[in-house]
Amino acid sequence: MDLPILSIIVFLPIVSGFALLLFPSERRDLIYRFALAVAFICFVLSIAVYIGFDIEGARFQFIEKYDWLPDLGISYHVGVDGISTPLVLLTGIVIFTGVIISQRIDDRPREFFAFLFILASGVFGVFVALDLFGLFFFYEIAVFPMYLLIALWGWKETREYAAMKLTLYLFIGSVVALVGALAMYFEAGIGSFDMLALEQINFSLGFQQLWFPFVYLGFAVLGGIFPFHNWSPDGHVAAPTAVSMFHAGVLMKLGAFAALRVGILLMPEGAAYHFPWIIALTLVNVVYGAFIAMNQTDLKYMIGFSSVSHMGLVALGFATLTYDGFVGASLQMVSHGVMTALFFAVVGMIYDQSHTRQIPELGGLMKVMPFAGVAFIIGGLVSMGMPGFSGFIAEFPIFMGAWASYPLVAILAVVSIVITAAYVLRAVGGVFFGDIPENIKDHMHDITASEKLALSILAVVLVGVGVLPGVMVPMVESGVAWMSALLGGL
Amino acid sequence: MFGSITSEMILAILPEISLLLLIAIVFIADLVLPTKRRSLLASITSAGLALTILITVLYARPNGSSQLLWGGMLNHDWLAFVSKLIFLTTALFVTFFAANWKGIWQKGEFYVLLLTSTMGMTLVSSASDLIMLFLAIEMVSIPLYLLAGFLVDDDRSTEAGFKYLLFGAMTTAVMLYGFSLLFGFSGHTGFAEIGAAIGAGQIPTLALAGTSILILVGFGFKVSMAPLHFWAPDVYEGSPTPITTFLSTASKAAGFVALVRIMIAVFPAVQAEWTSFVAIAAALTMTIGNLIALSQTNIKRLLAYSSIAHAGYALLGVAAASVLGVTSVIYYFLAYVATNLAAFGVIMIASQTLKSDEIADYAGLSRRSPTLALFMLIAFLSLAGVPPLGGFIAKVLVFAAAVQADMIWLAVVGVLNAIIGIYYYLIVLKVVYLYDSDKKDQPIPSTRLQKGALIVSVLLIIFLGTFFAPWYDLALNGAAGLF
Amino acid sequence: MESYLLSTILFSPLIGGLLLLFLPGANKDLVRRAALVVSLVPFVLTLVAWFGFDAASVADGFRYQEQYTWYEAINSSFHIGVDGLSMSMVLLTTLLTPLAILASFTIEEKPRVFFFLFLALETGMLGVFMSLDLLLFFVFWEIGLVPMYFLIDQWGNKKGERELWNGMKMASRRYASFKFMVYTMAGSLGLLLAIQLLGVLSGTFDLIVLFQTWPDLNVTILGLDTSQVKAIAFWAFALAFAIKVPIWPFHTWLPDAHTEAPTAGSMILAGVLLKLGAYGFLRLVLPLYPEQAQAAAGVLALLATLAIIFGAFSAYAQDDFKRLVAYSSVNHMGFVVLGIAAAAYAAGTESATIALNGAVLQMFNHGISAAGMFFLVGVIYDRTHTRDLNEMGGLFPLVPVYGGLLILTSMASLGLPGLNGFVSEFLVVRGAWPIFTLFTALSMLGLLFTGAYVLKGVAKTLHGPLNEVWKGKLTDINRRELLVMAPLVLLMLWLGFWPAWLLDIINQAVVAFFG
Repeated sequence: MDLPILSIIVFLPIVSGFALLLFPSERRDLIYRFALAVAFICFVLSIAVYIGFDIEGARFQFIEKYDWLPDLGISYHVGVDGISTPLVLLTGIVIFTGVIISQRIDDRPREFFAFLFILASGVFGVFVALDLFGLFFFYEIAVFPMYLLIALWGWKETREYAAMKLTLYLFIGSVVALVGALAMYFEAGIGSFDMLALEQINFSLGFQQLWFPFVYLGFAVLGGIFPFHNWSPDGHVAAPTAVSMFHAGVLMKLGAFAALRVGILLMPEGAAYHFPWIIALTLVNVVYGAFIAMNQTDLKYMIGFSSVSHMGLVALGFATLTYDGFVGASLQMVSHGVMTALFFAVVGMIYDQSHTRQIPELGGLMKVMPFAGVAFIIGGLVSMGMPGFSGFIAEFPIFMGAWASYPLVAILAVVSIVITAAYVLRAVGGVFFGDIPENIKDHMHDITASEKLALSILAVVLVGVGVLPGVMVPMVESGVAWMSALLGGL
Repeated sequence: MFGSITSEMILAILPEISLLLLIAIVFIADLVLPTKRRSLLASITSAGLALTILITVLYARPNGSSQLLWGGMLNHDWLAFVSKLIFLTTALFVTFFAANWKGIWQKGEFYVLLLTSTMGMTLVSSASDLIMLFLAIEMVSIPLYLLAGFLVDDDRSTEAGFKYLLFGAMTTAVMLYGFSLLFGFSGHTGFAEIGAAIGAGQIPTLALAGTSILILVGFGFKVSMAPLHFWAPDVYEGSPTPITTFLSTASKAAGFVALVRIMIAVFPAVQAEWTSFVAIAAALTMTIGNLIALSQTNIKRLLAYSSIAHAGYALLGVAAASVLGVTSVIYYFLAYVATNLAAFGVIMIASQTLKSDEIADYAGLSRRSPTLALFMLIAFLSLAGVPPLGGFIAKVLVFAAAVQADMIWLAVVGVLNAIIGIYYYLIVLKVVYLYDSDKKDQPIPSTRLQKGALIVSVLLIIFLGTFFAPWYDLALNGAAGLF
Repeated sequence: MESYLLSTILFSPLIGGLLLLFLPGANKDLVRRAALVVSLVPFVLTLVAWFGFDAASVADGFRYQEQYTWYEAINSSFHIGVDGLSMSMVLLTTLLTPLAILASFTIEEKPRVFFFLFLALETGMLGVFMSLDLLLFFVFWEIGLVPMYFLIDQWGNKKGERELWNGMKMASRRYASFKFMVYTMAGSLGLLLAIQLLGVLSGTFDLIVLFQTWPDLNVTILGLDTSQVKAIAFWAFALAFAIKVPIWPFHTWLPDAHTEAPTAGSMILAGVLLKLGAYGFLRLVLPLYPEQAQAAAGVLALLATLAIIFGAFSAYAQDDFKRLVAYSSVNHMGFVVLGIAAAAYAAGTESATIALNGAVLQMFNHGISAAGMFFLVGVIYDRTHTRDLNEMGGLFPLVPVYGGLLILTSMASLGLPGLNGFVSEFLVVRGAWPIFTLFTALSMLGLLFTGAYVLKGVAKTLHGPLNEVWKGKLTDINRRELLVMAPLVLLMLWLGFWPAWLLDIINQAVVAFFG
């Protein structure tokens, strides 16, 4: 394929974002339609990449490589493999549904969509980057728009605090990882930032033992690893809906993905050395996150802590260093991404109408917005790991991987499933069933057709992968198989 | 010594000649022009500077490696070339932004002093002799003392000028002492000769180390290196903002160029000692600058501390003292100058209407003038070191230089400081974008030239952050000439 | 046709249910009739499979097998098939579902969703019975929970309030459904872990392969040796199924769930869902862990006996008719477990074969009679709007046909000779006597009290002085309701007099089991 499809996907949003800033700010409908069109194009292109990926083919496909700074060995090198292709699709889905959900933003929508698109470009860029410098470049681009998006359009009570906390945490993580990456660059001595070349370098054991935590933890901060997860729940709650969808649905996956690509694949022996205590951290994520979620009465906080718990499963899957664990963790990134985007979308729709997110203050909404209710229930079932949905397909191999390497961890982690079931059911029951409280009764109405479309897209993925794992698992497996070959067996 | 003046030598100092002519023209124009037409002074200066830039680019380019000219006084190399362009461009931008600035823009002395200082800077950047360097530094500084205190009715300006003078004079004295020791020990004033003498082991190490420290003190003042940074906040705040801009960009850059030249050319023998000193000073500078910036409510003061911090980051590159290190310093200055020009440019335009330099008064700027706010956003994000802007690449390069020189601790300190920096830059952006003001329908006027200058600097910031290969090559050429 | 028969039976309810959702919701009659028709499809196909059973080809003891790739990455395939045991359960399920749907014609709220959930539930239950892949088993096991949760929560008994924790009060039906879900899921956790363990260690989830390889596999994990690991896995499986059956003392979810569920929900809950637990024991626990099962058989038999006795006592103490019937389920399922325990303990002996036959038959019989009992309780509730036995009384003259049916069903439940209950209970007792004499003897005590509570329920409803309140207000059982009861009554009589047609097929499976 001659069309540089990955570059288009990466740059179209940010270029469109800057173009948007030139629009006159009063033409709201034009701004929205333009944003929707751009998001739709990204969505379609990500599907094209997904369909066009050849499972039997080379490890990385749709490759493009141009010199950027040859003196330092920096190149613009992009490509996707079996693990990043589903993630690109995930981003395409979330940006499209996110823009649809944001149709009601009335304060400076032009700037909102511009910053959202800058964020999207950063995210796409990280997933397709095959040059270490390029990965950092796009990683940081994905962080700073969050500050503006949350501080300007977020929930008035906590938005300034949450935005600053999130931005500082994420920047700290990324610069710590940057130092580690620079150390790797100089230690390798090949004068190149190309990750494919760096993968072949055998760093000394001492070097890896020292530097692996820098790189891994630096990125894992964005993945929400305990005890650096603190930014996430506040960030989720304060952010406007589409930003929460992006934050939990995609941004946190960046952290786990970068930790995999830069940490585990480039320093595997360091990973093996440090993972025993890192696994303990992920276990805390999984179980503690679930317990805290159960204590929440604010829907968004509940979902936020649930994300901490589910991302813990992703980190756990990778930390087992097993084939099954990798497959499951990669699937979980997509499954959880879509699920949490769906949750936040529905919560956003509820909040827009009722101006409350407290479960005790809601109720009976199934009568008013049944579509949203069913979508939320589907999301809830995915969250619980209910078979028939993508959550089960993803979580099962993670546990199998845990069994193979740390059986005790598997036993302890499974407890989170019941806790998740408890708080999900409580939320579903408290929000959608029962009676509608008097004070919100007149504000509630059904969701719009386009919102239903957004929810449908998300739900279809969740059910589709759950019932027919064959649509995604073989692709992920091909990626993991290559990694296994690289690491000398998983 | 003046045996034959070759065309090469003339071409090398073509910028300076042009500037000298320009100074003369402005002087005369100032005497001649009637009061109503004094605005022409700005136009004359701008046109002259633009012409000078053109001449420099066309004729004053060094071909190949560096050459010592004018009897070893001047070094005609890429470093000098790049630096001259930076200084000239900065002076041009400052002239644009000084338009309509009360108390300044119609005074001929302002332009003359500005141009003189610029000429001094161009000489500093190519100086390769102690005497030349000293003269050039004084040529830079003395006009700046006057410019800082230019607004005689404003107490703060007067205080600034006075403070600058006192500090400057004192540190210059220290530096001169160092220079004289150097001359005494080696018997030469040319850098190359001194370097050779040191290399032959003629000077005891302890003396050498002491001398290098003295010289560092002198330059340290100019670049606001801790613990010699105290003057900066007060002087920056008190000076008229166009001068603050000039101080924080060109003056600092000049200091760095001279620093790098002399330390690397003259003191490679004691590199370990002076780089450790610089490393510690860099860490202190960054930290002090960032920490104190956190509590500032005046935007000029905040940017003053911010520029102290940035001096600290650039010092990382100096401490690395390698090709990558110097390259990163040069690149840092390309990015930093462009960024600061944009940031101060916005402030200069805004403060004319807001009539205040308090951060709180910038509330709602994004609604009064979205374009201005956007430029400020880009500038501040570049200061914070966020891609895809020049500040990010610059920071990555200095950190890379530190890591390569095995000063990991320094890189870590730098990285943590970058985080602190992000905090206060974002606070300003928050005020601009989030908060509202009741004056939100009143626009903020600016001249076309000012807008043009802002756009150019913002584009430069973006280019330095995205298509950075050509700029990197430029910096690399400049650095390579030193080793 | 043979090759896709089982998957058609399996998925036709779900697909039919999805199609139902597109019907106009206002036309409730249309929806109800369509649901009934949809549910008859798998029933008819099951009969086809039943009659072709002996002729169908056998592989590893299972007929009508189908296998497709599903989740290859972890070595799990979509593998289904039936033997005599599962065939009888499939028949029970596909028979009871149309009857339950027919019984639900009085549901007024959101009938489309109600019937969709019901049909989805049917697919879930059928999937458990047909699965020959351990992961697939788990998938259908869990899937069955969701529709039942919503059925109880949304269409259950509206009255009543319970407290969950922290003073959080909720409707009784919400409490019951929540407890049901969380209790069962908690039990399934151990099952999930053990299944993962088996999968990881054996490299496959296929039951046929596992039956052959797992019992001999040497497995060590976490420093524990083979017998310890297998014991832990055994208890994990056993616990999950014990909750479902339910085995005393893990039965506490059952009274609430059964009582608060809508009539049809209780019919299916008692009729089929409980059998899933017993089926799990028979299909998975006994073949995979023969030694551990034998070692635990004594405990199991003890618990079964306690279930029989305490279940009977608890039923006797109830004033709520539905709760009485709920406890009777605990009581009757005790016999099933007693038979299973006996079979586990003395595998291969003739008594064990008899006991196991009795257990499986009891599963079928209890399904029939419990469904019937719950339906009849629902009938009288529809008319009197109370389940309190004290408020009824002397209703026989007002509803004679109903009364007759109630007495007949109660007697079947009691184990009156000539009705189906007798055959299965006799077989269990006959088989268990030589193996667990003491327990069997004690269970006779329970049988005594079974008579007590059954008669109490019947007497308080039908006999005694007429409660004036009801005079002139009650209508007798109508045609639709008769239609629901008719097949059940027919089976009760038929199996009571001539059970061979069912026992033969069951016996095939039991014999192959021990073979």
